[in-house]
Amino acid sequence: MTAIANRYEFVLLFDVTNGNPNGDPDAGNLPRLDPETNQGLVTDVCLKRKIRNYVALEKEEDAGYAIYMQEKSVLNNQHKKAYEALNIKPEPKKLPKDEAKARGLTAWMCGNFFDVRTFGAVMTTEVNSGQVRGPVQMAFASSIDPVVPMEVSITRMAVTNERDLEKERTMGRKHIIPYGLYRVHGYVSAKLAERTGFSEDDLELLWRSLINMFEHDRSAARGEMSARKLIVFKHDHPMGNAPAHRLFDSVQVERVEGEADTPARHYSDYRVTVDADMLPAGVSVEERL
Amino acid sequence: MAFGVRLHIWGERACFTRPEMKVERVSYDVITPSAARGILEAIHWKPAIRWCIDRIHVLKPIHFESIRRNEVGHKLPASTVTKAMKAGRVDDVHYFVDQGRQQRAATILRDVGYVIEAHFEFTPRADNSDSPGKHLDIFNRRARQGQCFHMPCLGTREFPAAFELVESEAEMPVVDTQLHGERDLGFMLHDIDFASGKTPRFFRARMVDGVIEVPPFAEALA
Repeated sequence: MTAIANRYEFVLLFDVTNGNPNGDPDAGNLPRLDPETNQGLVTDVCLKRKIRNYVALEKEEDAGYAIYMQEKSVLNNQHKKAYEALNIKPEPKKLPKDEAKARGLTAWMCGNFFDVRTFGAVMTTEVNSGQVRGPVQMAFASSIDPVVPMEVSITRMAVTNERDLEKERTMGRKHIIPYGLYRVHGYVSAKLAERTGFSEDDLELLWRSLINMFEHDRSAARGEMSARKLIVFKHDHPMGNAPAHRLFDSVQVERVEGEADTPARHYSDYRVTVDADMLPAGVSVEERL
Repeated sequence: MAFGVRLHIWGERACFTRPEMKVERVSYDVITPSAARGILEAIHWKPAIRWCIDRIHVLKPIHFESIRRNEVGHKLPASTVTKAMKAGRVDDVHYFVDQGRQQRAATILRDVGYVIEAHFEFTPRADNSDSPGKHLDIFNRRARQGQCFHMPCLGTREFPAAFELVESEAEMPVVDTQLHGERDLGFMLHDIDFASGKTPRFFRARMVDGVIEVPPFAEALA
């Protein structure tokens, strides 16, 4: 697989309606909040998890697309079939030097595991540490406007233990955000892709997973989540043609006229504009969603 | 300052983990020379050169915030990979995230901005083709155009660093007035000595009006 030859940046906008996009284990699973601004937060690792899950679903049986960091739920039907060995075979008789061996291990992991090739992984090999830094990097997602989490009490018409039988029902609690539009920034380095073999096909798969990851992550807690817009900046030069922050500045998300003081409750309450005119030479923009 | 460069970096969040508090990560108050070097290397580096940090300008007041995440607890042993390679199958190479889960809090910095002043020196691996002008030009050109080898980060990769080259005195960003005066930041990691078994070396960081003078690595304490 030949690696990608361009640097990319992307902006993903996704929203949640009556759900909890990412619970905070520090705050009793309340949606994550930025304490200074009250904007909602979704961590990078939360989104990477969903990308892994999507790839595991789409590429279930395919060689080269195994997922190293697995969630048990997607495992059941995975890896049943015998796996075709790739060309990179160890040569035990030749006894390669430790460093070469470690490189072989790293290369094999990159070749076989999509998430190692994309996000990197830390593997324990003493000599060459076997640490892979992947080309794809994501930052925290934060909501455009402050969000107000709501606590919803719910009841269950059954009890867990027999001794609680006379109680008849159990009370529970859900935390939801009525509506939140989140924005996340991501980076794809062509130079790091060279080292892990992250290819054009992998890149297409990454875009697909960003667009579809919420479609396969329905649950009681999440409510309705969907990807709304994926804006991809492509640099002509592998090192890039412009600073990332300047490209991100060209994507503006605002409330539609006259609505700025009301709480947002739908994606149509926002207007997203990409100012293609202010893009520097050598950078092209593409709206994938 | 012949080979010197100045780079303005900033970001919403940062975590320059203290080595003594790294299980539940606690950030240093400011960027370490080691992290600053990593940022420069993300823009330009060759085995022929070594970046040396001279000065760190802290531009914004120091604020912390806490974030707790589910993380994984162990690493993949090399032997598992070797075994899988021999067998030619990936069945046993996996990590169940919900079994090996650890919840860890990180105390991170909010809304940071720095100017890194640095120069580079040649290493024994430099040859005739390496002139100071060449590497300086490459760095400045890339930084000016926003080019980088990979996106530099503020301590950890989830906190990307925006950067801009500071080309003249007039472009120097202003230090926040809250940082005026003298502040002792205690012992701080200077860098890791990779030549002698990855020993960390420390220095006493003193911030005067937002500026930290970084001593040469050779003078740092092991």
